[in-house]
Amino acid sequence: MNLFADGRRKWVGVALIALALIGLPFALAAAGTAWVRIANLAILFAFLALGLNIVVGFAGLLDLGYIAFYGVGAYAYALLASPHFNLHLPFWVILPIGALVACVFGVLLGAPTLKLRGDYLAIVTLGFGEIVRIFLNNLSQPVNITNGPQGISRIDPFSFGAFNFSRNETIAGLAFSGPIKYYYLLLALLLLAIVVNLRLQHSRIGRAWEAIREDEVAARAMGINTTRIKLLAFAMGASFGGIAGGMFAAIQGFISPESFVLVESVMVLSMVVLGGMGNVWGVVLGAVLLTFVPELLRDWVQPVQQSLFGRTLIEPEVIRMLLFGLALVLMMLFRPAGLLPSAVRKRELAKTE
Amino acid sequence: MDIFLQQIINGLTLGSVYAIVALGYTMVYGIIQLINFAHGELVMIGAMVAFSVINALAGTHLPPVLIVLIGVLAAVPACMLVGYAMERIAYRPLRNAPRLAPLITAIGISIILQHVALLVWSRNPLAFPQIIPFVTFSVGGAIISGVQIAIILISVLMMGALTFMVYRTKLGIAMRATSQNPQVAGLMGIDIDRIISFTFIVGAALAAVAGVMVGTYYGIAHYGMGSLLGMKAFSAAVLGGIGNLAGAMLGGILLGIVEALGAGYIGDLTNNVFGSNYQDVFAFLVLIGVLVFRPSGLLGERVGDRA
Amino acid sequence: MQRMRFSLAIFAAAAALTLAGCGEEKKPEPVVSAPPAPPPPMVVKLGHVGPLTGSIAHLGKDNENGVRLAVDEANAKGLTLGGKKVKLELVAEDDQADPKVGTTVAQKLVDAKVVGVIGHLNSGVSIPASAIYNQAGIPMISGSSTNPQLTEQGFKNVFRVVGRDDQQGPAIASYLASQVKPKTVAVIDDATAYGEGLANEVEKTLKAAGVKVLPREKGTDKTADFKAILTKIKGKKPDAVFYGGMDATGGPLLKQGRELGLKAVFAFGDGACTEKMEELAGTAAEGLLCSQAGLPVQAANKKFLDAYKAKFKIDPILYAPFTYDAANLIIESMKKADSPDPAKYLPELAKISYEGASGKIEFDDKGDRKDAEMTIFTMKGGKIEPIAIIKSGKTIKFEDFIKAAETAAPAAAAPAAAAPEAAKAEPAKAAEPAKK
Repeated sequence: MNLFADGRRKWVGVALIALALIGLPFALAAAGTAWVRIANLAILFAFLALGLNIVVGFAGLLDLGYIAFYGVGAYAYALLASPHFNLHLPFWVILPIGALVACVFGVLLGAPTLKLRGDYLAIVTLGFGEIVRIFLNNLSQPVNITNGPQGISRIDPFSFGAFNFSRNETIAGLAFSGPIKYYYLLLALLLLAIVVNLRLQHSRIGRAWEAIREDEVAARAMGINTTRIKLLAFAMGASFGGIAGGMFAAIQGFISPESFVLVESVMVLSMVVLGGMGNVWGVVLGAVLLTFVPELLRDWVQPVQQSLFGRTLIEPEVIRMLLFGLALVLMMLFRPAGLLPSAVRKRELAKTE
Repeated sequence: MDIFLQQIINGLTLGSVYAIVALGYTMVYGIIQLINFAHGELVMIGAMVAFSVINALAGTHLPPVLIVLIGVLAAVPACMLVGYAMERIAYRPLRNAPRLAPLITAIGISIILQHVALLVWSRNPLAFPQIIPFVTFSVGGAIISGVQIAIILISVLMMGALTFMVYRTKLGIAMRATSQNPQVAGLMGIDIDRIISFTFIVGAALAAVAGVMVGTYYGIAHYGMGSLLGMKAFSAAVLGGIGNLAGAMLGGILLGIVEALGAGYIGDLTNNVFGSNYQDVFAFLVLIGVLVFRPSGLLGERVGDRA
Repeated sequence: MQRMRFSLAIFAAAAALTLAGCGEEKKPEPVVSAPPAPPPPMVVKLGHVGPLTGSIAHLGKDNENGVRLAVDEANAKGLTLGGKKVKLELVAEDDQADPKVGTTVAQKLVDAKVVGVIGHLNSGVSIPASAIYNQAGIPMISGSSTNPQLTEQGFKNVFRVVGRDDQQGPAIASYLASQVKPKTVAVIDDATAYGEGLANEVEKTLKAAGVKVLPREKGTDKTADFKAILTKIKGKKPDAVFYGGMDATGGPLLKQGRELGLKAVFAFGDGACTEKMEELAGTAAEGLLCSQAGLPVQAANKKFLDAYKAKFKIDPILYAPFTYDAANLIIESMKKADSPDPAKYLPELAKISYEGASGKIEFDDKGDRKDAEMTIFTMKGGKIEPIAIIKSGKTIKFEDFIKAAETAAPAAAAPAAAAPEAAKAEPAKAAEPAKK
């Protein structure tokens, strides 16, 4: 935030960025509406990564099952707004419900595991994520709740009365395709999430998280109720995941448990780690990079290999995963605080090296 | 009754494999308090290397057991090399870093190893040549195959050898000293770096043997086979008390039997509300239950809060 | 992948043009609209999507080859629509068998202004993508998505030329019930959309036939150890075991079942109806039963088989005849409507009657194929061989089916000739199957 130290220049900068963000979907649409969809995914992942950042970045609790909350939120939305149970609640009702349900799951996971140390916690959260997925996959019997691996289709898109987010229409001479409308909605939600994150970080709670992350015993000695504060981190992170899940379900229109596997958890974690654990802007950058780079790889890697070798030697998907893995390892070795490190992390890591 | 006995045999075979893999986790954890998430991938590499060798030799007229043995002899050094490189490149520089760092590195290594294996051995499941003649013995109505007997026997042998090494040799004493207190061990003239490398190498060798066993037993190998197996084995190590050799063995065998009995009987007991579809849940629930109620595991001693 | 770079170029051109008239979607296709002196053929784009990377990339490529063959044949014959010469162009995309990627790629095809899409391969990807094509008004024909939900969404533009799970499941189940005559059957699945969907249909049919079905057992698509489940099943002494899943898990399942001394007949769906089963299960695979949706590849139109082999130097694997038919169906209805405009040819597509490489194709109200044929195979000497064809609930022995088809072949040519253009586009003897 101290990028624009001078007050007036700061506002010019903000205005420019705002303008760019407003204009972006039309520029992208010119290259193909598909790119707007990708931008939407990037925002969605940024939202998700911000949620995980509360748990991992702020409170220092490694959560490898984070995608479970995303799944819970997605299913909450899908069940309440699809022909599956013939319920069609409006989205502004369901998203808070989704957040609440995910929050409850967060506490459910958090409560029994709080006394576990970092690496044990990682493995338990991983197990928890798998358990949630397996339940989603199997709760079609004896009573059909989730429709099992078949997934839930025909999920309602977001709509305000007659204004439907998935339809194309022309407003004031500009063509607003469904994805463009979603873009603005998602962007607004993301900005809200960023504000909440920034406020949290510098609040009493944020400082308490930081204290726990640095030294739990000392934090407790300072009179911080570590149990409650840690639970709060889980609950808040999970709520973010729940909301993101609801948005995913609405945009996608179809969800099934295969969208909520371990690899997705690792993906979101990579975004947080690469961008910079604990730094809100870093996390957003991580999410945007990790969503766009694979898409660019898809478009270039294969044609380039085809023209060089006459066939595809390494599939873009494999390259993507290899780059992930390499990035995780190299980042930890050479730039452990991420691309945009948080101020505290920088200090702390400088100390240990 | 023969069904019950059969389930025990199934569980025992599976449990032996878990135990061998769990030993690798527990040794590394015991010495540097690191959960080597990528350990499961070593099992996969072992199976894949053995597959290549066995597949190449399957056409020759060598006796099948010898071919499998050559497969093992190829897989073990390959895995040792990978295990060594893993420690040297990725973990050693992070030994004093915050705890989160090596965990994330481990995830990264796991992803890299899987996808390198994918590039080398393709994405398709590899069918192990069915060279070992299928022999079965009937024990009280249950059927046990030659391969199963071999797996159980080899596991017991390896566990014995490992226990001997850790408790009766100089190297073992150095390992135990390092795990107790690395600084003091260093002062006593123990080359800690060497001991840690050695620990990784021994764990990798065990993983390689486990990989060959799994491959020949199920007749299939796949680049993604390591992660779930690794998870299960880790659960086994925790169940027995991580850092404790006997605990890993006990945990592995218990987990194997719990899984077999779970898949075999829970469905009938719960009127099929829960059944084999929740098989993997049982393992994770055992893990979570143990960690929450008895964090030191069945045989482990209370570990201080070193975080 | 020349095409890919080419389509990128078009992409860029289109991008530049649309930038100028920001967002005016109704613009005529920029590549089409420039008419220099000798009028170049109008380019009409067809899209194909399937996984070209990932664990079933080979099936995705097979599907794409089917479409490519149809497009090349149509171009070679020459196509005239609305008085203009037309050149068909195939836009091939990769959906990685991932629903998320599937919708992005679907949007890319819509952006590229394709007039019809053949795909996707996986039901889980086809379903979310179909909503995007529906909104854009582009017809979509899947040659391999078997999940009933795909055509139950009420979309008028969604079709499939392959049988649904609730057609294939009953086929293998009724064959099992009538030929093996089991008293008790154990049903296992791999907890995927495909495996569970198929297993559910099998269970339904078996129960309707009065066969006792044991409580469902489940593995996963990564399970290697089925021994606990199989031991439990063995205790209940079933006469047959059905497994809904792929060959990678079906093979070990079968092998372990025989190791445990399970004597039951093992039956599988199309995912495990491959020769890989023999590799994975060894001699245990002998005698297994399995089903495939549609006529077997070797019973597909001989001309198609020869053309495919000549062009791609390999045999078609699984669904290529279906995607080949799907592409031809779109071409055929464009001809009937005399227009490549989706809005104009869609009604023709819905009411088409066509003799394709995979047999006669007509769609019902939902867009499903009427009376889709199913084939039952058995493993004999390491090869899967067709033994029966099941059509509208009737079981016909494979040899009888071949004989009937041979005598009917000249007759079948007649109705095909009735629609003269169909006969031109399509190899003449439509229904002649390959002789073994």
